Amino acid sequence: MMPKPHGGKLVDRHIKRKPSEVADLPKFEINTNLAEDIENIAKGVFSPLEGFLCKNDLENVIKEKRLENGTPWTIPILLDFDKKEIKDLKEGDQILLTNTETGVHSILDIDEIYTFDKKTLAQSVYGTQDTNHPGVANVNNMKQFLLGGKITLLESKTREFDEYNLTPKETRFLFKEKGWKEIVAFQTRNPPHIGHEYVQKTALTFVDGIFINPIIGKKKKGDFTDNVILAAYETLMKYYYLKERAVMSILRTSMKYAGPREAIHHAIMRKNFGCTHFIIGRDHAGIGNYYGPYNAHMIFQEFPDLGITPVFFKSFFRCTKCDAVVNEKICPHEEKYHINFSGKKIRELLMNGEIPPENMMRKEVSETILKFDKPFVE
Amino acid sequence: MTEEKDDKKYTTISIPTPLAEKIKKRIQGTGFNSLSSYVTYVLREVISGTEEEPEEAFSKEDEEKIKNRLRALGYLD
Ligand SMILES: [Zn+2]
Repeated sequence: MMPKPHGGKLVDRHIKRKPSEVADLPKFEINTNLAEDIENIAKGVFSPLEGFLCKNDLENVIKEKRLENGTPWTIPILLDFDKKEIKDLKEGDQILLTNTETGVHSILDIDEIYTFDKKTLAQSVYGTQDTNHPGVANVNNMKQFLLGGKITLLESKTREFDEYNLTPKETRFLFKEKGWKEIVAFQTRNPPHIGHEYVQKTALTFVDGIFINPIIGKKKKGDFTDNVILAAYETLMKYYYLKERAVMSILRTSMKYAGPREAIHHAIMRKNFGCTHFIIGRDHAGIGNYYGPYNAHMIFQEFPDLGITPVFFKSFFRCTKCDAVVNEKICPHEEKYHINFSGKKIRELLMNGEIPPENMMRKEVSETILKFDKPFVE
Repeated sequence: MTEEKDDKKYTTISIPTPLAEKIKKRIQGTGFNSLSSYVTYVLREVISGTEEEPEEAFSKEDEEKIKNRLRALGYLD
């Protein structure tokens, strides 16, 4: 059965109004990450959040990984302002939050203006205070004050890939129409190699459909571009998936690299899209060596009430003795027979314009990638 | 019981002590940090299981819009 949205109700705070109707409110330009948070709140991706966290919720998320009312929540969604910006604001005020890139126009009802401790926030969410960690660096760059309160999205503009940007309301409708009862979600930031395909298809074998859900947005140099990731998946789905068993939709949100805590957050978002299962691989949402490779598996033990079932995978590899793609649970052979799928190696080959071996990446997928003049972020 | 003010968020209920002890054991190592949070969770589950699932309210027009969008992606026939 399709799970209920997280917290019981799908949030919908998207009310179409002309920005001119609220033109007299004080206006603040915010960055694109925050604007995307607002869109995700408004469209229910972050259900049950209706706005940016207030102090009690933040403290509870930090200490207990739950909102004040006990609902699991691991990544604080926060709006930071500096002293100058809050100077003329008080609790109870309404302000307009805008962003040029996304065209977001939204209202914030300020419930609370408060301060926070950056070290505590970084340590709890990222498990470190090392400023080399991009998440910790972001926390350190945050402004001094936080504004908590409900948001209302009035308007946002159509952007590239929006045809693939389905809302939870739409995916829930889609799954129902397709008659899918159990749906497994797969999160990705890369074009698929054979190892990914095996993970997806192994999970898909036991459910009704797969929801491929790439995170789109800010990337670092050398990453595949969003265009390439989507085109590569379109190709894979066209040639190697049953049309009635797989759908793809994008998710615009920033990667936090918070490892285990982010794995829970990723699962919650997919539950809101209507998925019953969520695939967690090795070092999910990790970076460097900050998290143990399977910490993002273990954290799920703390959330028997999450409402979406994690599906844990260790890596798939090719075994020359089995003459098959296998994993550690099904192949009894020594490591010398094993060939790993190396995303890094595949990327290097593609960077040189070479087609990776077909037992690493589907030929059609490689060709799709190489059709792009600039497949990598520069 | 004293009269509750509107702004009071929690109330006290009684359950048998042996049951409470059993639950305390069960929640060790889980995300539930107290008996109350576990009991609240269980009760919410029970109640939500008996509540009628509200049908997604789409107007005919909205539904057609969504269907067209999904057909364009090839996800619906
Ligand atoms: Zn083998």
